[in-house]
Amino acid sequence: MKKVLVGVISILFLSVSLGWAQSTLKLLTWKGYAPKELVEKFEKQTGIKVEVTYSNNEEMIAKLRATRGGGFDLIQPSQDRIASVQAKYHIYQPLDYSKIKTENIIPSMLEAVKKNTLVQGKSYAVPFCWGTSGLIVNKKFAPEASDYTDLLNPKYKGRISYRLKRPTLIGLAFALGYNPFELYSNPQEYAKMMEKIGEKLIASKSLVKNYWTNGDALLELLRSKEVFVAMGWDGGGWKLHKENPDIDFVAPKSGALGWIDTFALPAKAKNVDAAYKWINFMLEPENAAYFTNKEGYFTASKGVEKFLLPEIKDNLTRSFSSADIDNIKWYPPVPAQIEAIEAKILDKVKAAR
Amino acid sequence: MAGKKLGFYVFFIPVFLWLFLLIVVPHIELFLMSLRTEDWVGNTSWSLANYKNFFSEPIYWLTFVRTAIYSILVTCITAIIAFPVAFFITKVANPRFSGFLAVLLLMPFWVSELVRVYGWMILLRESGVINHFLLQLGLISKSVEMLYNDISMVMVLVYTSMLFMVVPLLSVLESLDDSLIEAAYDLGASSWTILTKIILPHSKPGLTSGAIVVFMLTLGNYLTPNLIGGKSSLWFTEQIYTQFIASFNWNQGAAFGFLLLALSSLIIWIGLKLTRQNLTKVVQ
Repeated sequence: MKKVLVGVISILFLSVSLGWAQSTLKLLTWKGYAPKELVEKFEKQTGIKVEVTYSNNEEMIAKLRATRGGGFDLIQPSQDRIASVQAKYHIYQPLDYSKIKTENIIPSMLEAVKKNTLVQGKSYAVPFCWGTSGLIVNKKFAPEASDYTDLLNPKYKGRISYRLKRPTLIGLAFALGYNPFELYSNPQEYAKMMEKIGEKLIASKSLVKNYWTNGDALLELLRSKEVFVAMGWDGGGWKLHKENPDIDFVAPKSGALGWIDTFALPAKAKNVDAAYKWINFMLEPENAAYFTNKEGYFTASKGVEKFLLPEIKDNLTRSFSSADIDNIKWYPPVPAQIEAIEAKILDKVKAAR
Repeated sequence: MAGKKLGFYVFFIPVFLWLFLLIVVPHIELFLMSLRTEDWVGNTSWSLANYKNFFSEPIYWLTFVRTAIYSILVTCITAIIAFPVAFFITKVANPRFSGFLAVLLLMPFWVSELVRVYGWMILLRESGVINHFLLQLGLISKSVEMLYNDISMVMVLVYTSMLFMVVPLLSVLESLDDSLIEAAYDLGASSWTILTKIILPHSKPGLTSGAIVVFMLTLGNYLTPNLIGGKSSLWFTEQIYTQFIASFNWNQGAAFGFLLLALSSLIIWIGLKLTRQNLTKVVQ
């Protein structure tokens, strides 16, 4: 009996000490951004254990704000949501670009992200992947849906879904002839514009089936043919296209909304070395290509072409003409007060009968 | 004597630490936060603006009123359904099976609320199980959407809170002496008189404590209204979430949290007064 007890205790101690010896990387990211196969490959290569937590932009910021930048070693917010948050809450630390293999990153993208995340002379992020928000359409039932205004089109009553978040408001603003990004600097005008968009959304609320809240739920709605016209991410649309050729991502006439998700270091990150290792690992062309092939989103990694599956390359040319590409509206950094205006409108829409 | 003291501390310290560190301290911090407002630059100052916002913006207090009314409705429906169930288990069913029946009631609570809610979604959705069967049986010719409306939301809320009503009712009904009911029958009382004069008055404390728990749970629920209620089910908890997460306005969110606490306590106090009970009796 005693021997068994000693054995159990020593095993316990051993596992605890092993656990300490092995360093871990705590990664806060979006669903799908850390594919299991890549995590295993990274763990084998470096001996660093990866703990992944899934979240979205708003929750990432809230989590870091609650801990004043602690609890995670690396996070992946969108590039437009970094500068104002950093200026106000100081939850990130500046990146040391000399530790990043920048030769693997598309230079124009790196420069854009550096510029957009500049706070007091220091930059806070490197690009990881990019994509657009637009329409995911079941062409069998809604062949003509081509712009954000089709989300308000009575023709598709009960077959429409979108996310009650800022991209929907911004997309509709473009479709209704505004330029919301130019109004960022003018909160009064911005509020007036949002008020009008809110009214439109409320007026056509009965047409919506549901406001989707996570990507998987949206894909399920489209897959089961409960929804024909939805606002969503290109990668999701292309994923469905592979299963059902009727469904595809459509770049809206008034311009798809382009986002870039990044890597940023929380202010109190414990394992910074592991974080840089993960950044370099994910941006290696072979690994980046694996991610693109699996999830459909393109990365900022240079030289991935030869690793990409042909159907992935087709996606881009099928959904985007070269004019559509030029028409992509890239998010500029968003000032803090803009988000509060939007939140109120979104509440009103949700509460409306 | 010393041993007695030691024993006291052994039990007192964990309780004290738990209450103080995990409940009192965060609440104080949250309360202080709710009394501050922040300008665009991030400077904070003391003010009551967060509380004023609640009363001056109709969308906020209307959401609260809606949430409260639905919670009261859910509490009433739960009580109406749970009472016969509890009565059956304690008085009608064979005593040998009553334990088994109680376990059956418990069963659904072995899985998490999230899983239960997703289960309901699979049943109710347009391409879901119930629609499939109705179509197969020829009862409907076209699938109907049963999710995303207030009726299914109330139904799932009742389902999730059933247990919290049944358990206190079981214990009060168990303590009711059967001979009282028999004696009433012997004296020629009707079933209705027995229910209103003997059974209901006796089970009042259980009913009230169950009602308080169900009301608070429903009022503070976030998952069910959000997932089942869908597009037009703005619950007050969701507003708190929006303030914290989407608007980055923690001060406003904290104020809403305290208003939820204060207003729900007020509703319970009114409820107790109306039924002429007091909390200490109910908690026993």
